[in-house]
Amino acid sequence: MEKSSSLKLFGSWASSYTHRVQLALKLKNIKFEYIEEDLSNKSEALLQFNPIYKKVPVLVHDDRPLAESVIILQYVDEVWNERPILPADPYERAVMRFWCHFADDKLGPAVGVVFASSGEVQNAAVDQVHENLALIERELREGYFKGRKFFGGDSIGLLDIVLGCGSYWLAVFEEVMTGVKLVDPEAFPLFHAWLREFEALDEVKETIPAVDKLLEYAKAVRAMLLGHCMGNTGVTDAATPATTAAPATATASVPDITVDSS
Amino acid sequence: MTSQNPEVKLLGAWASPYVARARIALHLKEVQYEFLEEKFSAKSELLLKSNPVYKKIPVLIHDGKSVCESMIIVQYIDDVWASSGPALMPGDAYERAMHRFWTIYIDNKFIPSLFDMMTSPTEEAKVEAKEQTMASLQLLEEAFGKISKGKPFFGGDTIGYLDIALGSFLGWMKAFEEMNSPKLLDKSNTPLLCAWAENICNNEAVSAVLPETAKLVEFATVTQTRFKYAPPAK
Repeated sequence: MEKSSSLKLFGSWASSYTHRVQLALKLKNIKFEYIEEDLSNKSEALLQFNPIYKKVPVLVHDDRPLAESVIILQYVDEVWNERPILPADPYERAVMRFWCHFADDKLGPAVGVVFASSGEVQNAAVDQVHENLALIERELREGYFKGRKFFGGDSIGLLDIVLGCGSYWLAVFEEVMTGVKLVDPEAFPLFHAWLREFEALDEVKETIPAVDKLLEYAKAVRAMLLGHCMGNTGVTDAATPATTAAPATATASVPDITVDSS
Repeated sequence: MTSQNPEVKLLGAWASPYVARARIALHLKEVQYEFLEEKFSAKSELLLKSNPVYKKIPVLIHDGKSVCESMIIVQYIDDVWASSGPALMPGDAYERAMHRFWTIYIDNKFIPSLFDMMTSPTEEAKVEAKEQTMASLQLLEEAFGKISKGKPFFGGDTIGYLDIALGSFLGWMKAFEEMNSPKLLDKSNTPLLCAWAENICNNEAVSAVLPETAKLVEFATVTQTRFKYAPPAK
């Protein structure tokens, strides 16, 4: 039976969570129908398929919906075994899952706060981002990922996809917010090197939008965010695009510093 | 209950529902492990060394290697001890996705509102958290109906990943009810989850691990005097 008999992906062109799924499907050479969502005017279909979070990405396989990018990635890997994304070893899987959790629980939200705030709040968030990157850098330098070209080894895996689809915002945000340095190659040489390798891959280049488009988008959202609020206050519905553009957690809006979950 | 085994250690604390998750999984898989109780007041060197990122329990240390985050530990236990005891994850990929999806919902939505209901600084915030909590329980009741397909557990005939994710919190849920919270699981609103709660608490792997309600109430009263639910006067 044809496994991809009916496969649809609801996404948003500037959403790093959507890119994660698109990249995985591309790596596995899986055909699917892509539906671009206007996040300021969500379709009935999206609301029906993801009533709890009402967010992208949503993968619909044979009319059964899946939400949450890391869940979708694991599902795709389990259904289509070619070109695996998760490692086979249980401990290695646990390590990958841990750092994926860290990326969405800590790093992503901190970057989101940097993008949505200014002044003291932003400074504190920038420090958070540096602390988080330092933890990853340490693992690359002397810890579990020492000596690896990619987190997944010689080729990209789950963690590369999760971290990579989102990390391109770091350079974009630096460009939009002059004076903010997020991923200094001198402070984070190995992370920087990994990101360059990741972004050089054909599949990645074909998935991530052009930098000038991302820049234009980020500038517009930043202006809107600062226009609506200063510092760490709530984002209105009109700024919804930012919640999937900035690499914040799937369950938190951009300026919302998530509470530790465990 | 636990025996000395240098191979598998679990850093934890008796009152932590996250730790209970790991312990339930270990018991279901009949894994011998050494339980190292962390003191509430100060984190041990071993904890700081084995979970430098979060410095939190539970941490599973297997063959000297540490695994952190409660549900990642549960999956790890299921993977490593696959040939022992029931499978914790369902066999079907879509069902696995549903277990994972609802586990994330429990961790990110249900649990925060559950605790906020008892500890938020204002009565208004507590009432809002209570409404969120009750709404979450309704969603979980519906999810149970779909996922269990008439069987006693989310995992079907045996306790699975999602049962562990939610079941580990039954101790605290009962404790909160003793401390005046609204009735959380009740036969008229959440009949399926009521039956499920009874089944799961009767399971030996769970009853051996879940802390007694009275002890949790005492713990909360002594250490966290902010655990109070008192609805506003009308």
